Amino acid sequence: MTKTSARKPAEVAAPALSGVSGLSGTGRRRACLPSPSDWSFELIELYHGEIARTAKSFGLDTYPVQLEVITAEQMIDAYASVGMPVNYRHWSFGKQFISTEKNYRRGQMGLAYEVVINSNPCIAYLMEENTMPMQALVMAHACYGHNSFFKGNYLFQMWTDAAAIIDYLVYARAYISECEERHGWEPVEQLLDSCHALMSHGVDRYQRSQKLSLAEEESRRKDREAYLQQQLNDLWRTVPKPADKPAEKPNRRFPPEPQENILYFIEKNAPLLEPWQREVIRIVRKIGQYFYPQRQTQIMNEGWATFWHYTLLNSMYEEGLLTDGFMIECLRSHTNVIYQPPVTHPAYSGINPYALGFAMFTDLKRICESPTDEDRLWLPDVAGSDWRETLNYAMRHFRDESFIGQYLSPHLIREFRLFSVVDDAGQPELEVAAIHDADGYRHVREALSRQHDLNYREPNIQVWDVDVRGNRSLTLRHSRHNDRTLTDDVQEVIKHVARLWGFRVLLESVDKHGKVVQHWEAQPHA
Amino acid sequence: MLQQVIDRRLSGKNKSIGNRERFLRRFREQIRDTVRRAVAGRSIHDIEQGEDVTLPRRDVYQPVFEHTGGTRESVHPGNREYVRGDRIAKPQGGRGGGSGGEASPDGVGEDDFVFRITREEFMQYFFDDLALPDLIRTQLLPDAPEWKSRRAGFISDGTPTNLHIVRSLRVALSRRIAIGGETRRQLHELEAQLALAERGAPGLPGEILALKTQIEALRRRLKTIPFFDPFDLRYRNRVRVPQPSAKAVMFCLMDVSGSMDETRKDIAKRFFILLYLFLKKHYERTDVIFIRHHTQATEVSEEEFFQSTETGGTVVSSALALMHQIIQERYPPGDWNIYGAQASDGDNWHQDSARCRELLVGKLLPVSRYFAYVQVGEEDQNLWEEYTQVQEEHRNFAMRKVGAADEIFPVFRELFKKGVKP
Repeated sequence: MTKTSARKPAEVAAPALSGVSGLSGTGRRRACLPSPSDWSFELIELYHGEIARTAKSFGLDTYPVQLEVITAEQMIDAYASVGMPVNYRHWSFGKQFISTEKNYRRGQMGLAYEVVINSNPCIAYLMEENTMPMQALVMAHACYGHNSFFKGNYLFQMWTDAAAIIDYLVYARAYISECEERHGWEPVEQLLDSCHALMSHGVDRYQRSQKLSLAEEESRRKDREAYLQQQLNDLWRTVPKPADKPAEKPNRRFPPEPQENILYFIEKNAPLLEPWQREVIRIVRKIGQYFYPQRQTQIMNEGWATFWHYTLLNSMYEEGLLTDGFMIECLRSHTNVIYQPPVTHPAYSGINPYALGFAMFTDLKRICESPTDEDRLWLPDVAGSDWRETLNYAMRHFRDESFIGQYLSPHLIREFRLFSVVDDAGQPELEVAAIHDADGYRHVREALSRQHDLNYREPNIQVWDVDVRGNRSLTLRHSRHNDRTLTDDVQEVIKHVARLWGFRVLLESVDKHGKVVQHWEAQPHA
Repeated sequence: MLQQVIDRRLSGKNKSIGNRERFLRRFREQIRDTVRRAVAGRSIHDIEQGEDVTLPRRDVYQPVFEHTGGTRESVHPGNREYVRGDRIAKPQGGRGGGSGGEASPDGVGEDDFVFRITREEFMQYFFDDLALPDLIRTQLLPDAPEWKSRRAGFISDGTPTNLHIVRSLRVALSRRIAIGGETRRQLHELEAQLALAERGAPGLPGEILALKTQIEALRRRLKTIPFFDPFDLRYRNRVRVPQPSAKAVMFCLMDVSGSMDETRKDIAKRFFILLYLFLKKHYERTDVIFIRHHTQATEVSEEEFFQSTETGGTVVSSALALMHQIIQERYPPGDWNIYGAQASDGDNWHQDSARCRELLVGKLLPVSRYFAYVQVGEEDQNLWEEYTQVQEEHRNFAMRKVGAADEIFPVFRELFKKGVKP
């Protein structure tokens, strides 16, 4: 596997090389772009122009591009604030910053070549240290690969608003620092800690969010604060009701249906929170929601970007725009990026999303252009179709889980030598459930697809009940799947929930028959 | 599609500084502990350095809901030998299956979070521990203009920051008075004539008119005198005055008899460190001499000074005598600013205390800039009584009792606030 993936790009590149020499013989070869190893602003613009032209010829639809040259230190800063150019302040970002900086200084890690932000215009950072071929690779990868993915993929379209995100982050930063000034740093920090613990349970998985600009956001906040407070008080109303109204049913449930978005539920219903606290919860929730599509499309996103930097640069090379040395350097980085160590390798740490994603898009193109009988059997719709349309469709309408489920071909399973292992905590040994053979293709594909399903990876915990008439305690319910329990962190996390909710919090873990098999509880200020 | 290439390299690189501050604030206690330990283990000379701080992983960990146990299936690449139904031993390191390469070599999965605080941060925590961080900064880290530049009146040339507005306006006013003096005098005369002419009935209209024209001309001339002229500007002037001497030697005298335990030595050490930092800010070069004594005094290295323990009686005068000897041999008082700092629990051999006083008054105080005595421990001892007499007569001698580490800074401040200017 190691060799296959390392050799692959070179193999593909070989015909390109010979093809070019043929072209030059016929005199169609254009003059090469200058290719010193040091970059300059003029060169970046020149290369960008060519890359953009090539991308357009392939029909890639993108946001406008904004390139920014930054230093390594600024790159570390960008790491610390989850890649965003601006973010609110919190100690955990400081921790990230300190550890990244330390590792970088000691040479334990290289920095990413690029960071790209899902915004409109699409902001891409180029690091000062990169050579010119690297800058070209980064531009093709980020500005045309990622950028078109951000613009095209349905999850991003549905969940994120590229035009508003930077404004929203500016607003979030200003609001949180205002809170720190007004209420002291300690309560704000504690509140953020608690929100961060629940961040992955603060997203709407199915509902659509609404899009707002900065100004609207600001003006709506005040209305919301006043309105919310009213709503809440209403829920816990102690004023006696007029006698003529019929009393509510004593066994009314609240919430009437389980809620998956715990942070949202707390923001709207926690009885004791101040309006500013609700707003902070909302900010964390919104930012979590913004990153939710990225977490679900890692393989597709990286695969798409890698596929396109590879395709664009090769196409430019075939036109004769790039020199051999330039192309070799690009391919070298490309090869490093898509290296997939096998499971027995000491450096193995799971599937490399670049490797799998790139291989899948490349494989799809192959199936379109020269399908085998096996491909016709497994992917009848795709085999022989126009590859650009097919890839475009795949990019737009899938996320990792469904993309793998739909398009992972037996050919690729064999090439990666994928196999599926079942780990049962009750058993002393692991069991191999399926390998890359006729019996196993379907199983491996399903397992790999499920492995990339966030709903499957993250514990299913929902707001189950609030004791509205009693002690106001909040009950969360964890539905077990495959007997998977929660780690010991759970006690810490529900302390955070209790801090937000303000009253006792219970967490029940139920098996598939709905029987409570385990429970935890926490009191606020305990 | 390209908007433009923006060069961000020059715009702020320390965007994360606020986050880093928040991180340090959160782990303040642990960092302070580390600093405390580091101070104990460090030599006085390299007190001003950064330090590695180690935080237990669980402290910096942010908990989230996560799965464990149960049955899970995972897909991996690179199968060489397995077929369906094979059973594989679980890899060591708990998590099994998915994390073949993740287990660390020695089987310890939890690494501590280690990071480095800078010199400034270290000093901040160091002084923080001494209870008055702000004051120490003004005392120890001044821009020190007092020592380098002095005010020297006003000059007509300078930078806008040094502009003295009141002075400038005053100059402008006097200039206006001086230039307009003659004109104004004529004006007053004419006005008087005019008043006379108008009051006196037989005045000729022509004369009044002429007077009025003249008055008008004079007024116009007065008006042309500028209210403010660049010539009027006055700036505060400062001149740099060179400091006479830039060398200091600091004698640390410590009692190492059996009664000085670790805590007391630690207090003494902190006192010496403070004095060292203080001197270092004011002198280009600071030598430190360590003298320890029980019944005899010896000059030792810093390490020996703080670490080795000896038991026995106490003869304080031996240390003072040795200090005097060293001054005579190596540090001529004309060239060096001499500082003495003595720490003891004060439990001296009875007849010796009087001799100490004689040595101090007769030989050491006349050549020293300053001599500070710190008694660690609250009991009144005979040395204390003798020294009290010295304090009454000599301004460059100070003494205090210190019971705990956090009292050091106030004591230090008090010792040095008496206008002891090097």
